[in-house]
Amino acid sequence: MFDKSFLEELRERRRQWDAEKDKFAQNARPRYMTVSGDDVDILYGPESVDQSGYLDKIGFPGQYPYTRGVHHSMYRGRMWTMRQFSGMGTARQTNERYHYLLKQGQTGLSVAFDLPTLMGYDSDHQRSMGEICKCGVAVDTLADMEIIFDGIDLSKISTSMTINAPASILLAMYVAVGEKQGIASHKLTGTLQNDILKEYIAQKEWVFPPEPSIRLITDLMDFCARHIPKWNTISISGYHIREAGATAAQELAFTLADGFQYVESAIAAGQDVDVFAPRLSFFFNAHQDFFEEIAKYRAARRIWARHMREKYGAKKEESWKLRFHTQTAGCSLTAQQPENNLMRTAYEALSGVLGGTQSLHTNSMDETLALPSDKAVLLALRTQQIIMHETGVANTIDPLAGSYYVEYLTDKLEAEAEAYFTEIERRGGVLKGIEEGFFQREIAKSAYRYQKEIEREERIIVGVNGYVMDEEITIPVLRIDETVARDQVASLQKIKQSRDNDKVKRTLEELAVCARGNGNTLQAILDCVRVYATEGEIVDTLRPIFGEYQEPPMF
Amino acid sequence: MAEKIRVLLAKPGLDGHDRGVKVVAAALRDAGMEVIYTGLRQTPEQIVTAAIQEDVDVVGVSILSGAHMTLFPAIVDLLRQRGGGDKLIFGGGIIPDDDIAALEKAGVSKLFTPGASTVEIIDWVTRAVAAKKNDEKLL
Amino acid sequence: MSLYTEFQGGSEVALSKIISHIENRREGYQEVLSRLYRTGGRMYRIGITGPPGAGKSSLVNRLAGLAAEAGHRVAVICVDPSSPFTGGALLGDRLRMQDIPLDKGVFIRSMGSRGSTGGLAAATSNVTVALDAFGFDTLFIETVGVGQMELDIIDACDTVVVALVPESGDAIQALKAGLMEIADIFAVNKADRAGSDQMVYDLQSAMEMKAVHSEWIVPIVATQATANVNLDELYRHLTAHKAYLEKTGLLAQKRAEQLKKKVERVLVKSIQRDIDRTLLNGAVLDDIVGRIMRGEDDPYSAGQALFRQYKFGS
Repeated sequence: MFDKSFLEELRERRRQWDAEKDKFAQNARPRYMTVSGDDVDILYGPESVDQSGYLDKIGFPGQYPYTRGVHHSMYRGRMWTMRQFSGMGTARQTNERYHYLLKQGQTGLSVAFDLPTLMGYDSDHQRSMGEICKCGVAVDTLADMEIIFDGIDLSKISTSMTINAPASILLAMYVAVGEKQGIASHKLTGTLQNDILKEYIAQKEWVFPPEPSIRLITDLMDFCARHIPKWNTISISGYHIREAGATAAQELAFTLADGFQYVESAIAAGQDVDVFAPRLSFFFNAHQDFFEEIAKYRAARRIWARHMREKYGAKKEESWKLRFHTQTAGCSLTAQQPENNLMRTAYEALSGVLGGTQSLHTNSMDETLALPSDKAVLLALRTQQIIMHETGVANTIDPLAGSYYVEYLTDKLEAEAEAYFTEIERRGGVLKGIEEGFFQREIAKSAYRYQKEIEREERIIVGVNGYVMDEEITIPVLRIDETVARDQVASLQKIKQSRDNDKVKRTLEELAVCARGNGNTLQAILDCVRVYATEGEIVDTLRPIFGEYQEPPMF
Repeated sequence: MAEKIRVLLAKPGLDGHDRGVKVVAAALRDAGMEVIYTGLRQTPEQIVTAAIQEDVDVVGVSILSGAHMTLFPAIVDLLRQRGGGDKLIFGGGIIPDDDIAALEKAGVSKLFTPGASTVEIIDWVTRAVAAKKNDEKLL
Repeated sequence: MSLYTEFQGGSEVALSKIISHIENRREGYQEVLSRLYRTGGRMYRIGITGPPGAGKSSLVNRLAGLAAEAGHRVAVICVDPSSPFTGGALLGDRLRMQDIPLDKGVFIRSMGSRGSTGGLAAATSNVTVALDAFGFDTLFIETVGVGQMELDIIDACDTVVVALVPESGDAIQALKAGLMEIADIFAVNKADRAGSDQMVYDLQSAMEMKAVHSEWIVPIVATQATANVNLDELYRHLTAHKAYLEKTGLLAQKRAEQLKKKVERVLVKSIQRDIDRTLLNGAVLDDIVGRIMRGEDDPYSAGQALFRQYKFGS
């Protein structure tokens, strides 16, 4: 963009400017760094950015390598989906919350399940004690799913389900609910998280070891290609990796590396990259470092497009496009002065929008205290609506492109991610890295460093180590009544008595045969859930065949 | 040489959020303590057995799933039952104020909520262990 | 009731606390050790050593389970490095032993090395005395495994298993570190990795070249502890080695050797403590160093003089 002699002159002038800096007052802080702990220069200019190849590196929205956005008209063509993750208590309560959110203008549903459901335990399992309906809704059988979506037309909404190890079971239940509503599976739209690799790396909600888990996923991808073509099969997630303490570069690199692993596994299973790749989507964190986050999303699109086209030989444009959901950073919220979290979330959400996200969840201000209240959930949704309608940031595409700092950060994050890919390959790939605890250790190191920075007050967190107040916290805390758990267990027992137990037994046996052989597991699971086999029964059928994952120790 | 403070850090329940417990483990180690981490999803039985066999001074329990009102009392009761009532129990997690009061009454010595610094935790452990009276007779 | 009385009544809590007394050399610990020693003598002690990352804990995890299944009362001591700067330690081995059936009464105790550099903590061998007296049949001791010369294990165990992983140069490292001499059994762990066969072969060649004649041919077992492959084979060799030592009388001989060293160590330690308290108090040493530095004395004569003073009281 600039000719050589101009750049040389610029560099010279920059050196002179740098030398003059001493005339100014001392820096107010010992170090200036991003949330990820990287040093930040006092000024960025054309000299800070590699100026070659604008069209190759940045280009146009909707065109390879999609640095500026995956769609040609971006938010003019289609606003981001406001997708608030929720799910609480019983299926009935969740259903009521969904009707409320849809009435408030929310455009997609997002289901949060409770921990026993996420881990493949029924509500009447010993290990579920104290956890039932706490962090989300409990689903034991198809009956629970029927209630969750009662009165909601599945052909009219898209549903995102945050479920991983038992994802096949929940998708099968969703398909079965559709069948009951008379909706053919090819009309269903939605997203499964279904990203087991980041579970091993960060969120730690696993059941089976990596190999059979990957098979469940590739079976699901194959099933969806044939029967639910509009379903997003995996939401490859950096969110939890970041929440566990990773830096922006680690979130970016580990998430994309997971994505490449799924691509390689599906190709190895004989699937056509241009059939499954368009159904892969991503899920990133929006942390507090405004510019670093925007750069992260831009770098992610560019890296994915390049690798998909050049390394994996994808031919369709849809296979090159990295579409992603964003959630503001739960780990950035504080229990102190909780109302401050509204502002944090707003800035984080803004970075997601400026980074070109396809959908967005904004956290509620009271999440560090308990499950969010209705009021807090509404304010979080309103935050998105204000960004959308009042700030004007969605009027033009990728408005921060060309900012020297943002372009510098985009290049830098891309280079850091590429360095990690090389390191991961040197270690024998993603699965090997997980087995040896490589990702887990890298993240734990970053988390410890971040905590130390706060304690040394190199980093000020308002209300925590700066501007501290003695305060009475007045945010109302939502509690899940303990009777909810008892009711859930009771209704599970009722279903176990009223269903056709011979059919359950038979379908479970067929599932076992399928799992030992190489049939499509999702098809067999669908037969089980139709006759009200429980999630726990299905997992218990698979566990002896697939084995159970054990975490590699970190210390 | 002063005796080493021994701490068991435990993660009961189903949640896998171990960022906090790992940061605390590293911080207590750097403060000169001997730290044993149980790993994820330990039952109260496993935690109490480890606390007794390792003869730790303090047991730190991290719960972020909302199951604290079930799991803390289960651990406290079992520890007392098995003769480990002299060990202090502290905890960390997203725990509302009312629950903190109830848990402290039930025998949890101290609860740390989000935003607590590792310095505070180190301080508390050091003081609490020093204040413990040791009246056991060896022979 | 005293801890010792409760210990005799079979209280695990008391055992645990007595171990702490021993580890911290609290008032009266020597007296307790004397009493405990006399009631023990039946426990068989197996040491597992090897470089970092060899999967020692995972091996113990499986072996302890096999021993418990065979009806033994099993105890495990695992030693992890203490930081030389802060004295702190993350004792992570227990975390790697999650398959050990604690409901079958297996007792696991983690120890920080606390400044000791021979692979065990200074108090480890004393702690085994308490475990022995408590009635355990079989003890597994896992060394620190930071890749130093970890030879303490020879004096604390009856059978030594050396664990290695098939990574280039490991066999040679093992040779250098003296692990060849102390191994009664080799476990080439993580045998699914490339180079495993080569390593087994290298070890075999190295062992054949050793001139020492013995009826016991050191077995080399390829294992995968985490996947539970070939652990029963390893366990069989452990049992066989024990039987061999017993049959040949070598066990008694070995223990006699260990006892000689033990008595010697108790003696030396007592003298050391005595000297520390009497001869080597600060003022005396400062005075001597002052004279040496002024050229009025030298370290050799001064040391000899102190020795004479200690021995003859003059």
